[in-house]
Amino acid sequence: MNLLFGRLGWTDTPFAELIAHPSVNTAVASGAAGLVILGALVTTVLLTRYRLWVPLFRDWLTSVDHKKIGVMYIVLALVMMSRGVAEGAVMRAQQGTALAGGFLSADHFAQLFSTHGTIMIFFVAVPMIVGLINIAVPLQIGARDMAFPVMNQVSLGLTASGAALMMISLVIGQFATGGWTNYPPYTGLAFNPGVGPDYWLWAILISGVGSMLSGINFAVTIYKKRAPGMHYMRMTLFTWTSLCTAIMLIYAMPPLTVSSAMLALDRLLGFHFFTNDLGGNMMNYANIFWMFGHPEVYVLVLPAYGVWSEVASTFSGKTLYGYTSLVLATMAIAVISFTVWLHHFFTMGQSSSVNIAFGIATMVIAVPTGVKVYDWMATLWRGRIRLTVPMIYLLGFFMLFVIGGMTGMILANPSIDYQVHNSTFLVAHFHNVLIPGVLYGVLAGIHYWFPKVFGFRLDERLGRVTAGLWVVGFSLTFFPLYVLGLMGMPRRLPDFDDSAYGPWVTVAGIGALVVLAALAMIFFTFWYSIRHRDRFAVPLGDPWDGRTLEWSVAAPAPEWNFARLPQVRQVDDFWRAKQDGRAYAPIEEYEDIVMPRSTAFGLVIAVASFCMGFGIIWHIWWFAALGFVAIPAAMIFRVFRTDTERTIPAAEVREKTEAWLAAVHAATPVTRDEEDTPANRGRAVFEGNPA
Amino acid sequence: MTHEQRERRSYFIGFAACAAWTALAFGAVILRLDQITALWIIGVSALAQVVLQFRYFLHIDFSRQKREDLQLILFSALLLAIMVGGTVWILADLDKRMM
Repeated sequence: MNLLFGRLGWTDTPFAELIAHPSVNTAVASGAAGLVILGALVTTVLLTRYRLWVPLFRDWLTSVDHKKIGVMYIVLALVMMSRGVAEGAVMRAQQGTALAGGFLSADHFAQLFSTHGTIMIFFVAVPMIVGLINIAVPLQIGARDMAFPVMNQVSLGLTASGAALMMISLVIGQFATGGWTNYPPYTGLAFNPGVGPDYWLWAILISGVGSMLSGINFAVTIYKKRAPGMHYMRMTLFTWTSLCTAIMLIYAMPPLTVSSAMLALDRLLGFHFFTNDLGGNMMNYANIFWMFGHPEVYVLVLPAYGVWSEVASTFSGKTLYGYTSLVLATMAIAVISFTVWLHHFFTMGQSSSVNIAFGIATMVIAVPTGVKVYDWMATLWRGRIRLTVPMIYLLGFFMLFVIGGMTGMILANPSIDYQVHNSTFLVAHFHNVLIPGVLYGVLAGIHYWFPKVFGFRLDERLGRVTAGLWVVGFSLTFFPLYVLGLMGMPRRLPDFDDSAYGPWVTVAGIGALVVLAALAMIFFTFWYSIRHRDRFAVPLGDPWDGRTLEWSVAAPAPEWNFARLPQVRQVDDFWRAKQDGRAYAPIEEYEDIVMPRSTAFGLVIAVASFCMGFGIIWHIWWFAALGFVAIPAAMIFRVFRTDTERTIPAAEVREKTEAWLAAVHAATPVTRDEEDTPANRGRAVFEGNPA
Repeated sequence: MTHEQRERRSYFIGFAACAAWTALAFGAVILRLDQITALWIIGVSALAQVVLQFRYFLHIDFSRQKREDLQLILFSALLLAIMVGGTVWILADLDKRMM
């Protein structure tokens, strides 16, 4: 073994492979690697060209502002989603052309479905959810920042470091072929001595710690940093679902870390937790992994439920129907989701009594979810409904998610699961809950809170087209997979010769093109809205006739969020304040505000953990040791810093707040009919309850 | 009795109770009780000491301002019971069926 480079050699790139064995397959791999390099190069050139390195470092990478950290999470997620969607489309193309021979090798296809799943769950869904919570929750509970702002930055750093490992696996070496769950013994040393499973393990181990720290941060923030009068039963539903998600993250991430660490010990130090011989039991990996894996899906979907609650209430101009039942349903889901993990391995061989118990628990969890759907529909009932972009996503969610839930009920029955497990029926089911449930929710949330963060709305017309494309694209891509699954098509199939599959995979392939168009439209909507941001500007802060505290401040929200911490009196406090004329009240006395100072600590941890992960994957031990030592060293160094806070003088707060308040009072409020027009500067006419 | 005396008394009770449970666990080993009985005694003693530590040293009680802490501790206990109990049940069942 080479001491300097470990097992890393010059031939470990797809380019070397392309030169040695030229084919479409190696060209696709090289193209993907080339895109990563090109993307990095273009970013570097643009940052240098427009002299943005210093602003990027000063205003973003070292910032501890929860809103900026949230934005960085979502940017990371969008970058990773582009790769994940592209991989999905390549897989659809492979299956679409499979009867004609296809163009990918089976091994390459296996890498594709492994990275696609890993990226979509850990580096798209999780950062999107964490990003939204970061942006909205402190504003909704009337706090100026998270409970642990620097730890928040560290969480982001660890997530980004895991994502970087995923990206570099495209260029250097090969990723795992064991699917997103990375089951041993296939991913053990005996069957997979290469770097693939190690890439998976260290990307997951590093980012998993980040997610757990996020959970702790959110839970403590919601427990301890609420504004005066913000009792639990006055919190917004998004805050409630975030609290439940945070607590679930705290308890669900450790099993993943444990199972991954055990597998890493197997691979690195010759342990035998999950090997075939010497007392190993690979079934325990499935058991521990899904103790994380099932709560994880509710970790993702609960905040999306929170977004639906906000959207349904705001865009129908009504108080949420059944607030208490929604809170109780959220809590019920959070607890029950920890009791169903076995339904992911019904066919592993345990007795039917065990299967039945977990099958029933799985069916029970649909009850609180059903309660929620009815509550949202009742919220819309007789409301003053505006068909804005988030509402279109909500309608898509209603129709599609309920179907996904129903197929979940079908799969919850162990005897049916024996027929369709590991078929594309399952693939269709989980995409059917994750895309309309989580992705639509996040996209609706981005559209909803975008003006609060950046001070201007996103274009409604383009947003509606995007939402429509997502609904159509999803339906075309994944409904055929239900049929294929019932016809017996296994998941993760690189090629087949049953011509009956042909029409269905073709439709799914066309659907994938629509999804690609939907993804492109997301970026085009951002680009177009930024170009025309003056027309969409809503500096007064309340573009949607909002009901909750985040809409009671300027847009973009000032660094300190609230010049004076609000005194909360009831649910939908800002809406009630507008009703009573309490809103936009002048502030008599301003005070100095103490905010955490920017720091590069999170960045250092991110780089160090990346070095550690990369070093361990390639057995470059000096590099790994460097990263491993740098983390505690940075912590110790940080402990000796005493100037961790800075004071924003009252005069500065007064100046900005008074200017904003003056603009609010000078503005003509707009009715909801003008919501979508340039007249909407962010001050709403109070229209009262819908008749 | 002043507040400080009450406080000291509470710490002493906690210490004495924990020491007693520890002695019981050691006793089970020293007296060479049969293995199953000894394991049960050690297990119960461990759980009892967890509760005592929470009550006397971490000051978790049923008062209002401790309610959030207590809820989180009970929730942790519930999840641990689900995860450990579920794992034992599943793996024991698989083990039996493979014999």
